[in-house]
Amino acid sequence: MARTDFDRDLNTLMDELLSLGSMVQKAVLLSLDALKTRNLTLSKQVINEDDEIDNRAIEIEEKCIDLMATQQPLAGDLRTIITLLLVSSELERMGDYAEGIGKIGLLIGKESLLKPLIDIPRIGDLASNMLRLSLETLVSRDVDGAKRVIFMDDEVDEIYNQIYRELVLMMIENPKNIQRATYLLWVAHDLERIADRATNISERTIFMVTGKKRDFTDV
Amino acid sequence: MENEITQVTDKEISKNIIISARNLNVYYGNFRAVKDVNLDVKKNQVLSLIGPSGCGKSTVLRCFNRMNDLILSAEVGGSILYNGINLYSAEVDATEIRSSIGMVFQKPNPFPKSIYDNVAFGLRINGYQGDMDEAVEKSLKQAALWDEVKDRLKDSGLTLSGGQQQRLCIARTLAIEPDIILMDEPCSALDPIATLAIEELIRELITKYTIIIVTHNMQQAARVSDETAFLMVGEDRAGYLVETGDTQQIFTNPKEERTESYITGRFS
Repeated sequence: MARTDFDRDLNTLMDELLSLGSMVQKAVLLSLDALKTRNLTLSKQVINEDDEIDNRAIEIEEKCIDLMATQQPLAGDLRTIITLLLVSSELERMGDYAEGIGKIGLLIGKESLLKPLIDIPRIGDLASNMLRLSLETLVSRDVDGAKRVIFMDDEVDEIYNQIYRELVLMMIENPKNIQRATYLLWVAHDLERIADRATNISERTIFMVTGKKRDFTDV
Repeated sequence: MENEITQVTDKEISKNIIISARNLNVYYGNFRAVKDVNLDVKKNQVLSLIGPSGCGKSTVLRCFNRMNDLILSAEVGGSILYNGINLYSAEVDATEIRSSIGMVFQKPNPFPKSIYDNVAFGLRINGYQGDMDEAVEKSLKQAALWDEVKDRLKDSGLTLSGGQQQRLCIARTLAIEPDIILMDEPCSALDPIATLAIEELIRELITKYTIIIVTHNMQQAARVSDETAFLMVGEDRAGYLVETGDTQQIFTNPKEERTESYITGRFS
């Protein structure tokens, strides 16, 4: 016996989640581009478009709740819906981080950056790749791929710590740098959090497929 | 053979197991209805038996208090150890067993007698010598029915609603103070409110009793039971046990693909 309607609804939800994921990824990349090119219009666009990300996440959440109420999913179905619900929330928060970078872009305005952006784009690319891979592995139910995403977070943390040390040193050297250094530190922190949430998505993927919540000892 | 049973018994008692079915087979004439079921029931817990129609869950349930004895063609093989005693050994009296292992059926079946007499019935036929009023009140309170019937104990049990009748039947079972209560789809004839009352009662009763419940309602199994056993029908039409485990594990992450397919509604 097949549960045709239910399976179709689950697939639709997964597609909607992917669409939300690509909106978030675009927001992250645009917010960084805006910062690099000092394009305030682009920063404003990222901020404005976050409302749409929020709305999409709420829609997915409502559909998950509807499906739970009407289909009373169990076992693998239950884990899938719970995962979709949690991942939509992770994506919504990632959108907020992109919006945060957009706001920092506006705060910096046309003022010159404290230093050329080298490590921040690196961490941005890594976080953005982790986001994309976390969603790809979610859809393909690829546990090994999800573990690789979790592994990538170590590199992000390493770069973030490097950025942190460098900016703190610049602040110590000259207190006049504090404000501009803090802006960049916020950006790096937002990107580091995006990578953390991509890691969360991969952990949810492993839970969805295996039912295991914390057993990533082999990662 | 006797030594083997003794060894198993010691082991099971140490694990707080009140009932152990070993290689349980049930035949109706030439037809094997249940095949090689091995199942442990822990004391003061609720065990749910779930599975598709015809998988033998009610047949297994009826083995636990030898109700299958009442079916002429039925034959039970294997053993069921209850507190270390094989229920199917020749010296065990089935009637005595039924006073320790009571049963509540799918449809409420109160006797056409007063509410009071329904509860007192089992006590009377067992020659109860204590305070009957007290025993009836205690049982009705345990069955969460006392407040609703205390002023109408002389009314016929048949005047009660379906949910109340089922709780009356539970009170009737509780009156003779069994160890174990078997419930065969006790809520299938009840509305959601009466069902909720019975489910809450089941959770209250396990402080004193062990309950084994057959249900088609998987949400109910998930709500009320500590452990769940899933049975299926084999190609030979005999029911067999696929998987048993903690209810939380069975309903969130079953080990067997067949269990997953059944509880997610993809069973074929």
